[in-house]
Amino acid sequence: MFKVLENEVLAPGLHRLVVEAPRVAAARRPGQFVIVRSAPGEERIPLTIGDADGASGTLTLFVQAIGAGTRKIVAVPPGGFLRDVAGPLGQPTHIENWGRVACIGGGVGTAVLYPLAKALAEAGNQVTTVIGGRSAEFILLEKELAAFSAEVRVTTEDGSRGRRGFVTLELEDLLRNPARRPRSVFAIGPVPMMRAVAEQTRPHGVATIVSLNPIMIDGTGMCGGCRVVVGTEARFACVDGPEFDGHLVDFQGLADRLTMYHEHEAQCRLAHAGGGMP
Amino acid sequence: MINNLSAKERLSIAREKMPEQDAALRSRNFAEVNLGLSLEQAMREAQRCLLCKSRPCVAGCPVEVDIPEFVACLAQGDLAAAAHALMRDNALPAVCGRVCPQEVQCEAKCVRGVRGLPVAVGYLERFVADWAMANSADLPGPPATVPSGKQAAVVGCGPAGLTAAGELATRGHEVTIFEALHDTGGVLRYGIPEFRLPKGIIDQEVRRLIDVGVRIECNVIIGKTLTLGQLREQYDAVFIGNGAGLPVMLGIDGENLKGVYSANEYLTRVNLMGAGQVFDSATPILRGRHVAVIGGGNTAMDCVRTARRLGAERAMIVYRRGESEMPARVEEVHHAKQEGVEFVMLTAPLAVLGDEAGWARALRCQKMALGEPDASGRRRPVSVAGSEFDLPAEVVINALGTRANPLLTATEPALKLNKWGNIETDERGATSLPGIFAGGDIVRGGATVILAMGDGKRAAAAMDAYLRSA
Ligand SMILES: Cc1cc2nc3c(=O)[nH]c(=O)nc-3n(C[C@H](O)[C@H](O)[C@H](O)COP(=O)(O)OP(=O)(O)OC[C@H]3O[C@@H](n4cnc5c(N)ncnc54)[C@H](O)[C@@H]3O)c2cc1C
Ligand SMILES: Cc1cc2nc3c(=O)[nH]c(=O)nc-3n(C[C@H](O)[C@H](O)[C@H](O)COP(=O)(O)OP(=O)(O)OC[C@H]3O[C@@H](n4cnc5c(N)ncnc54)[C@H](O)[C@@H]3O)c2cc1C
Ligand code: SF4
Ligand code: FES
Repeated sequence: MFKVLENEVLAPGLHRLVVEAPRVAAARRPGQFVIVRSAPGEERIPLTIGDADGASGTLTLFVQAIGAGTRKIVAVPPGGFLRDVAGPLGQPTHIENWGRVACIGGGVGTAVLYPLAKALAEAGNQVTTVIGGRSAEFILLEKELAAFSAEVRVTTEDGSRGRRGFVTLELEDLLRNPARRPRSVFAIGPVPMMRAVAEQTRPHGVATIVSLNPIMIDGTGMCGGCRVVVGTEARFACVDGPEFDGHLVDFQGLADRLTMYHEHEAQCRLAHAGGGMP
Repeated sequence: MINNLSAKERLSIAREKMPEQDAALRSRNFAEVNLGLSLEQAMREAQRCLLCKSRPCVAGCPVEVDIPEFVACLAQGDLAAAAHALMRDNALPAVCGRVCPQEVQCEAKCVRGVRGLPVAVGYLERFVADWAMANSADLPGPPATVPSGKQAAVVGCGPAGLTAAGELATRGHEVTIFEALHDTGGVLRYGIPEFRLPKGIIDQEVRRLIDVGVRIECNVIIGKTLTLGQLREQYDAVFIGNGAGLPVMLGIDGENLKGVYSANEYLTRVNLMGAGQVFDSATPILRGRHVAVIGGGNTAMDCVRTARRLGAERAMIVYRRGESEMPARVEEVHHAKQEGVEFVMLTAPLAVLGDEAGWARALRCQKMALGEPDASGRRRPVSVAGSEFDLPAEVVINALGTRANPLLTATEPALKLNKWGNIETDERGATSLPGIFAGGDIVRGGATVILAMGDGKRAAAAMDAYLRSA
C-alpha cells in the first residue's frame, strides 16, 4: 500500500499526486517511470515519475485522467492509498551538455518533460521550451519552466493563450533560424505530436529524443506487450526505453497498437456513464 | 492388512481414470478440468503399487519424494501418514500433483509401466495433498524453529523462490521474498491457467509460508527498486529465483500487428489480471473467432485452451514438427483435443498478414516434412517447396518459449552468466558471488516446476550451511 499525500488538480482532468514510496524515490533517476494499480482488480498503469524526493521518500506523478484506470488513480484523496506502485522502471534519460536544446511538451507531456528540461539546464544547456495545449487552461507549468529556460513559448489550438496552432509552429521558427537552431530536441506528448516533431527535425539533422507510451503490463521485459519498432528492431519500451531516437521510431505501428482496446475502453466509458456493461 | 496383498492381486487391479469435467462444457469455462479421485479410487490405485525395494519411481522424481512410502500409507487409508511422508520431500505437492510431467518422471520409471500402465503417482499425490489442505487444521503444524539470527533475501516468488524461502524459514532464518509483480506464485499464477491449477491452491501454499514466518514484499524489482548489491549488504545470504521471463520473438513480418500476442502477455492478462474471466475485469483481452497459437509446449497448450474458453470458434496449434515431437505434457494435448482444439502439424509460420487498419487477419504458413534427427535428437523439420497457405486468424499467439530475463543480471556485471544469459551455479546452487545462490529457470532456462523446486531446496541447504559457518 502506498499513501497518497497530495492530490491537486492542475488543469481539467490533470492531477498532481505526491505518493509515499521511499525505495522507489531513493532509486529513481529522471526519465524513469512506475507502474501503478489503484486497487485489486484494476489495470496496471505506467506513469512517469515527474519528480522524486529521496529524503522524504516521495514521488510526484502527473496523471491525466483519460480512461477508467487513470480516473480511479486520480480519485484517491490525500490520506488514501494506491495498492501498488512498482519501479523505478525503464532507462534513465541520457543527459549531456549539447549547448542549445529545445524541449517540446504537449498536454500532460509537459509535466513529464519538466524534470528532464530541468536536468538539461543544470547540465549547462541553454534550454528553449515550447509547450502546447488545447486551450489556456491546459497549459501547464509555464512559470516553473521559465525559472530555468532561456525562453518559454506557448501555443494553444484555440489561440486562448500564446500563439494559435501547434507546438510545431514555434519549433519551425527555431529550426529555421541558424542562430537559434537547437543541437538536440526532446519531445514528450501525444504520439501525433512526437511524430510531427520528429518529421520536422529530420531534414535539419537535429537529434530528437521522444518518450514513448505503448501499452504495458509488467514493465520488466517479461510480456513483450510494449514492443515498438525502432530502426529495424523490435525493442521493449519498458526496459530499452521509454526514450528513443525519434527519427528511428515506427510511429504508425505505435499509434496502431495503441488503438488495440478502443472497443473495450468505449464499453468501460459507457459503464461509467451509468449505461452498464453491454 | 491391505499392504499384505500379493503381487498377483495388485497386478490384477486396473489403473483408475481421473474424473473430469465434460469436454464440451469445460471448453467454455475456467473451472478445473480434473476433478480428483474419490477416496475409494485413490486407495484402490494405491494398492496397485508393488512397493518395489529398488524404488525406481523415487529415482525418477527430481526431489525424490518417498513414493512407495506415501502410497503405502494411502493404500491403508492412513491419510495423515501419507501426507506426512509426501510433504517431507515436496513443499508444493498440490501444485506438483497437477502440473508435473509424471509420464517422463516417476511414472516413466514405474515397473508397472513395463507391461501395462504405471501407478498413477500424480493422481495420488494430488489426492493426498488436497486432503492435507482440507484437513490442515487437524494436522500437526510445522515444528517450532530455533531462530538463527540470520537474514536471507529471496528474489522472485515462483516455485524456486517459494521452496527456498520455506526451507530457510523452517531452519530458523528470517526470510523476505521480493517479488516484482503485484502478486505471488510466478508462472504458477500468471502463466498456468485456473483450469489446470486453481489460484486458491497457490494462495494456500503462500499462506503456509507466511505462517512459518516468511515475509513477502510484492512490487519490488531487484535490479531497479533495490540492487543486488543492496540485498547483499542488508542480508546475510540471497537466493535468486527470478525465472525466465523474456519472450522469444517470432522474427517474422507482421509480428507487431494488432492481435499478435506473446504467450506471456496473453496469459498474464487472463491469469494475473482476470481479463475475460471476471465479468467486468478492468484488463482487456482480444477474443478472436480464429486464434492461431504457434508452438508445441505447455505454454502453447495453455494459450490455445484459454482461447477456446474465451470463445474462439477455431483455436489452433501451429507446430513445425509432428505431434509426437511436441514437448507439452501428454495429458494437456489429450485434453486440448477433447476440447475441440485443432492441431495444424508440420507447419511453420512465415508471416502474419494484416488488414489496412493494422489488425491481424491471417497467418501465412508453410508445410514442413521431417528430415534427419538434429542436435536435439528430434527429426529436423524441412520446408516443403510451394506449400504456402493462409490460415485465417485475428489473434495470433507466439508461444515459442522464453529466455533468461536480463533485467537483474545486467545490473550486476560481476555475476557470472553462461552464453545464453543464464546464471552459472555449482551443483549446490552457489553463484560466482559469495553468499548469492540461484536456481530455477534463471539457471536452467525454461524447465519445470519440480526442477525449480529442487533447485530451491538444494540451494536452501547450501545457504543454511553458509549462514551457519559465517
Ligand atoms: C512509460 C509511460 C509513461 C507514461 N507516463 C504518463 C504520465 O506521466 N502521465 C499520464 O497521464 N500518462 C502517462 N502515460 C500514459 C498512461 O499510462 C495511459 O494514459 C493510461 O495507461 C491510460 O489508462 P486508462 O485506463 O485511464 O485509459 P484507457 O481508457 O484504458 O486507455 C486510453 C488510451 O490509453 C492508452 N493505454 C491504455 N492502457 C495503457 C497502458 N497500460 N499503458 C500505456 N497506455 C495505455 C491507449 O492508448 C488507450 O487507447 C504513460 C505511459 C507510458 C507507457
Ligand atoms: C504457460 C506455462 C505453462 C507451464 N506449464 C508447466 C507444467 O505444466 N508443468 C511444469 O512442470 N512446468 C510448467 N511450466 C514451467 C514452469 O512454470 C517453470 O519452469 C517454473 O515456474 C520456474 O520457476 P521459477 O521459480 O524458476 O520461476 P518463475 O515461476 O518464473 O518465477 C519467477 C518470479 O520472479 C519474479 N521476478 C522476475 N524478475 C524479478 C526481479 N528482478 N525482482 C523480483 N522478482 C522478479 C517474477 O515476477 C516471478 O514471479 C510452464 C511454464 C509456462 C510459462
Ligand atoms: S516403481 Fe511403481 S510399483 Fe514400484 S514402488 Fe514405484 S510406484 Fe510403486
Ligand atoms: S511491459 Fe511487458 S515487456 Fe514491456
